[in-house]
Amino acid sequence: MEFILDFGKILLATFRDVLPIIALIIGFQLFVLRQPIPHLRQVIVGGIYVVIGLALFLAGLEKALFPLGKIMAAQLSDPAFIHGQTSVVDHADWRVYGWVYLFAAMIGFATTIAEPSLIAVAFKANEVSAGTISQWGLRITVAIGVAFGISLGTFRIVTGTPLYLYILSGYVIVIIQTVFAPKRIIALAYDSGGVTTSTVTVPLVAALGLGLSAAVPGRDPALDGFGLIAFASLFPIIAVMGYAQFMQLSINRKKKLQEKKKNAL
Amino acid sequence: MKFYNKKQALIVSIILKKLKSAFADLLPIIIVITFFQLVVIKQPLPHIREVIFGSFLVVIGLTLFVQGLEMGLFPIGETLAHALARKGSLFWLLFFAFALGFSTTVAEPALIAVAAEAADIAGSGGLIPQSPDSLKRYALGLRLSVAVSVGLAILIGVLRIIRGWPIHYLIIGGYVVVMLMTIIAPKEIIGIAYDAGGVTTSTITVPLVAALGVGLASIIKGRSPLVDGFGLIAFASLLPMIFVMGYGLIIFS
Repeated sequence: MEFILDFGKILLATFRDVLPIIALIIGFQLFVLRQPIPHLRQVIVGGIYVVIGLALFLAGLEKALFPLGKIMAAQLSDPAFIHGQTSVVDHADWRVYGWVYLFAAMIGFATTIAEPSLIAVAFKANEVSAGTISQWGLRITVAIGVAFGISLGTFRIVTGTPLYLYILSGYVIVIIQTVFAPKRIIALAYDSGGVTTSTVTVPLVAALGLGLSAAVPGRDPALDGFGLIAFASLFPIIAVMGYAQFMQLSINRKKKLQEKKKNAL
Repeated sequence: MKFYNKKQALIVSIILKKLKSAFADLLPIIIVITFFQLVVIKQPLPHIREVIFGSFLVVIGLTLFVQGLEMGLFPIGETLAHALARKGSLFWLLFFAFALGFSTTVAEPALIAVAAEAADIAGSGGLIPQSPDSLKRYALGLRLSVAVSVGLAILIGVLRIIRGWPIHYLIIGGYVVVMLMTIIAPKEIIGIAYDAGGVTTSTITVPLVAALGVGLASIIKGRSPLVDGFGLIAFASLLPMIFVMGYGLIIFS
């Protein structure tokens, strides 16, 4: 019974998210475009699927995975777990947080794979590239980027180094990569930074950041808890461009080898 | 058990296939949580029945969502892109782009939460007066500046597709602005500004915006859907950073 109430609330919230979009589309249809929408019935049914699907998805996450993920983030960053029961520490040694970095990386990877907006963009990219960009290839590359980013982000919280140093050096890497990466992948790579951080990743990652900055001595949740999401949206860009560069290099090398063979013959 | 006819058997097999792929999407989370719970934390999974029930809901929800994308969100995004391009009015196209970005962001719950939190930080840091009234005004201003920036981002992104500007000049230019502003912006707002870029694009907006961009790029002569169609979301996560830092600069100085 309680669950049905919760689900109803989430369904209402999801519907409220869609409301401006519906209003905008109807307004444009009535006053600007004045054209019938093809397959209107199918589009409406699809829209209902999206709202109900997303609400079920969120309800399930809130029921099962978020509480668990948050408890685990708290347990792993708990001083008692990290330093043993008795010792009192006033100075953070970044080396004892090994499990936290690993958990950050793995949960970053796993939540990105389940991220609905990334599924949508990968679907579109696959369709538009006529199959040359594989859905799983893109999603796994992005997830590796998020995993690395969040892991580095927890390292930053533990060491207390300033956020902007990491983000600005990340930007420099992105700019250098942009010069060398294949032109057709650039827009998609930039986009993959924005889509990684939504429904699934943000709540878990935010909990990890806040829990960790509260548990590490000398850190302030208000100042150090932020910034993990920025890591999670920067590193996928680097990963996707890096992967494309790697593929291009290996294709070029193959071509060169073939030409050499031809010349030798 | 016998299926009534071939069509129904086909539908059942399609549904099973989709459920299976949604389960594959969720599998990494299950593995990570189980591994850490059993191997590292060494405690049994709490509330095991709720966890299984919740995971079941997640799989069903994801299946429905993906089905709905293909049936509803992608087609409507493309239809609108085509209809607006055919109408040939740049004003209405740009108006639509701005309205889409603004309206889907301004009421976004994640943004409201972040804005309220940012107001608390600014208040306790003594940057703005501690009164509830000034905190509220600050949070509202932050929300509006993010929503306007997302609207502008989609507008610029659409204009880029129409004009065929190369995306990397715009994005790199944006990065340079972010870097410069980071130097002069108040320290308290930087973390929030960086995160604001990530929270703005919701799960329903992303597919719609992607379909809009790809639809526009495929109907305008000389544009490639892959090179020109993507990039709208990139603008939507870059511009809010600039606007939030700009807002901080104006308010705090």
